[in-house]
Amino acid sequence: MKYIFKKLVSLIIILFIVSLLAFLAFQVIPGDPTTKILGTEYTPERAHALREAMGLNRPVIVRYFEWLKNFLMGDFGTSYSYSLSVKEMLAGKLPITFVLTAISFTIITVISIPLGILLAKFEGTWLDRIFTTMNQTIMSIPPFFIGIVLSYIFSIVLKVFVHGDFVSYTVDPVKFVKYLFFPAISIAIPRIAMTVKLLRSSIIGEMDKDYVRTAFSRGNSRDSVLYRHVLKNSIVPVVTFLAVTIADIVAGSIIIEQVFGIPGLGRLLVSSIFNRDFPVVQAIVVILAILVVTVNTLADIINQYIDPRIKLR
Amino acid sequence: MKKPIRFFAVLTAMVLMGSVLTACSSGSPDTTEANQTTNNAENNSSTGEPVYGGEITVGIAQDLDSSLDPHQSVAAGTDEVMFNVFEGLVKPTPEGDIIPAVAESYEVDGTTYTFKLREGVKFHNGDTVTVDDIVYSISRCADTSEGTPRVPAFSAITSLKALDDKTVEIVLNAPNSEFLPYLTVAIIPADYADQATAPVGTGPFKYVSRSPQENFIIEKFDEYWGEPAYLDKITFKILDSAEAVVMSLRSGSVDFVSHLTASQVAELGGSYNILEGTMNLVQAVYLNNTYEPLQNELVRKALCHAVNIEEILLLTADGHGAPLGSSMYPSFKKFFNEDLVDYYDYNPEKAKELLKEAGYENGFDLAITVPSNYTPHVNTAEVVVEQFRAVGINAKVESVEWATWLSDVYQGRNYQSTISGFDASAMTGRAMLERWISTSSKNFIQFYNDEYDALFEESITTTDDDKLIEIYDRMQEILTENAACVYLQDLADLVAINPALDGYEFYPIYVMDLSGVHYVK
Repeated sequence: MKYIFKKLVSLIIILFIVSLLAFLAFQVIPGDPTTKILGTEYTPERAHALREAMGLNRPVIVRYFEWLKNFLMGDFGTSYSYSLSVKEMLAGKLPITFVLTAISFTIITVISIPLGILLAKFEGTWLDRIFTTMNQTIMSIPPFFIGIVLSYIFSIVLKVFVHGDFVSYTVDPVKFVKYLFFPAISIAIPRIAMTVKLLRSSIIGEMDKDYVRTAFSRGNSRDSVLYRHVLKNSIVPVVTFLAVTIADIVAGSIIIEQVFGIPGLGRLLVSSIFNRDFPVVQAIVVILAILVVTVNTLADIINQYIDPRIKLR
Repeated sequence: MKKPIRFFAVLTAMVLMGSVLTACSSGSPDTTEANQTTNNAENNSSTGEPVYGGEITVGIAQDLDSSLDPHQSVAAGTDEVMFNVFEGLVKPTPEGDIIPAVAESYEVDGTTYTFKLREGVKFHNGDTVTVDDIVYSISRCADTSEGTPRVPAFSAITSLKALDDKTVEIVLNAPNSEFLPYLTVAIIPADYADQATAPVGTGPFKYVSRSPQENFIIEKFDEYWGEPAYLDKITFKILDSAEAVVMSLRSGSVDFVSHLTASQVAELGGSYNILEGTMNLVQAVYLNNTYEPLQNELVRKALCHAVNIEEILLLTADGHGAPLGSSMYPSFKKFFNEDLVDYYDYNPEKAKELLKEAGYENGFDLAITVPSNYTPHVNTAEVVVEQFRAVGINAKVESVEWATWLSDVYQGRNYQSTISGFDASAMTGRAMLERWISTSSKNFIQFYNDEYDALFEESITTTDDDKLIEIYDRMQEILTENAACVYLQDLADLVAINPALDGYEFYPIYVMDLSGVHYVK
């Protein structure tokens, strides 16, 4: 309980720092929200009037605290570049990125854990050697490249799916999930390779420990030692790694969304930065920060459950 | 600043990878050559009967403006699409004429313009257009409370009133033969508050919905007063990278994309008909006339002699595009001054001499700042930079994102040179030439010439067409003779269209009219 409370406090501090930094970053880069809105119709008078109307002529710190106050009261503000409420905009985009992340994460776990165990079991055999070499190569291919190759092969040559034919979940949920399959695979492939490598070496490392020898000497079979004793210990670093992976998938989706033309959170973030649309950027940054802190906390709790010797502090 | 640059590097890499991959299999570009059709009437009539109904998906390169209010839009890309939704008292035709639209007819008597309202024109919300809506729309654009009015030409209006419930009268302070085209400005319902998010106009299509960074949807307006649109529904899909455009076309998820580059077209294979028109903009190396070396006219002339436009067209667009010599493009048939196109020949030796004469025989630093989201300008800059280097100028390309370009180059005027394109907001010579008068807020090259300003003043009150042509000719000459910028070309506009569709027509201004597009039997 104390642990959860501590985590909550640190979450609040992190969010405060992250949102302040994001806010300040906009003061450093050239242009402000009026730049894009006025475009080539800019006149100094128009810009001044618009800044006045948008409240941009007040000091940064005043504006930050005003944003913070509204945010805490659940008001995320209005997007400068779409004249829509930020909440409404994010409500439309969040499910897209979350479903993409969920599919990708499921693929990673379902494939990499059995594969990691298998390779550890067959350590040193030809099967292990082939996969380990392949792993090393696959790990170093960035998801966007896999994305381009997959769309080329499956969309243009084999015509399995239509590139760019994204439909929103509100229109056709089945088609929506189907479309996200290839992007999810693109993100998953290098991550699978990494997870397999980590799990394999973690198991092999555990196998040499004293308690394993003892377990064998008590007459346990290799399988029962592996599943009942070794796996529990070797899965701990993998859980932590998978937690980081979730945050990484969300970040990586920014690029993958561009490749596959998916109008998700990442694409909105990028365009909002270009438009200097900071209410939207602030909200997305805060959501991502909450996500990172939450999955890391969850990983700690799961690890403690697996190995009660781990103390949550 | 660091982050976006790195992000762009990644994007560029993606695009490159993509084009390598796709180029491998698409065969020689010659295959597309065979499928190429041009926008002339013979081709259109040879392809079967038009049918009503159906829907299409159109790929557009950027999302629309924040506000969909036609009087507040700034991006050419927004006006281009919204041309299908809004209309003015009059509207342009593909031939460049101005014909009555919301007005049924009009009379011009010196300074007095009288418009007769067309019977039963409906707004998309079902209301009938009244004279009050017309007075509201025009006075909104003539409003001077923000400094310059939204339509600067409207500052000439001295009186605007409804004579009865069918007639509107506009009186100007002086006769002006170029005033009418500005009345293409959208007529919108008076005092309707949601124009920015739920636009209402009188055009052949009505607004349905938009989803940020995803799409923009319009539907056929059944109560349209004129020739009804063929298609029932059009979805504009935002494809914000060159990679996404090619992928979407090759997989068949879009039916229509305009403003393609020659290399994108070459990757498409034969599955689309390719139409070729012009972009209707003036692409130039716009020079900051206050940057020290560029203050010297000789240096600017040297730059004009240093560029080889033929080579630019060849390297960036397979030779497509129309070379220009001043701030006017060929679609302005009567105003376009052809003689200026080859005023400066490609002559690197002469360029070097001029530089020497100006005291820059060892060259100088010249950054060409280009907006990275406009591929044609970036491609051009890469060629121009080499041509400048060949005469000894230490030129380099600085690629920046659009908001930075707007803020530093256009609004801040803090730059050395840039490559960009400017279009005409209306079919008037004024729309092209007013930009460069000394007092214009759009004169970001800071070109100041008294004769030019005086000629412009004269042009506003000139009603005789021949005289007007003469003035505009001279204004173009001044820009060229003073080497205000290095004029390059009017880019070719390549359009890929699903072969099952037909009926697309190019306009002499930057619009995309989809009301005539239809499926063929």
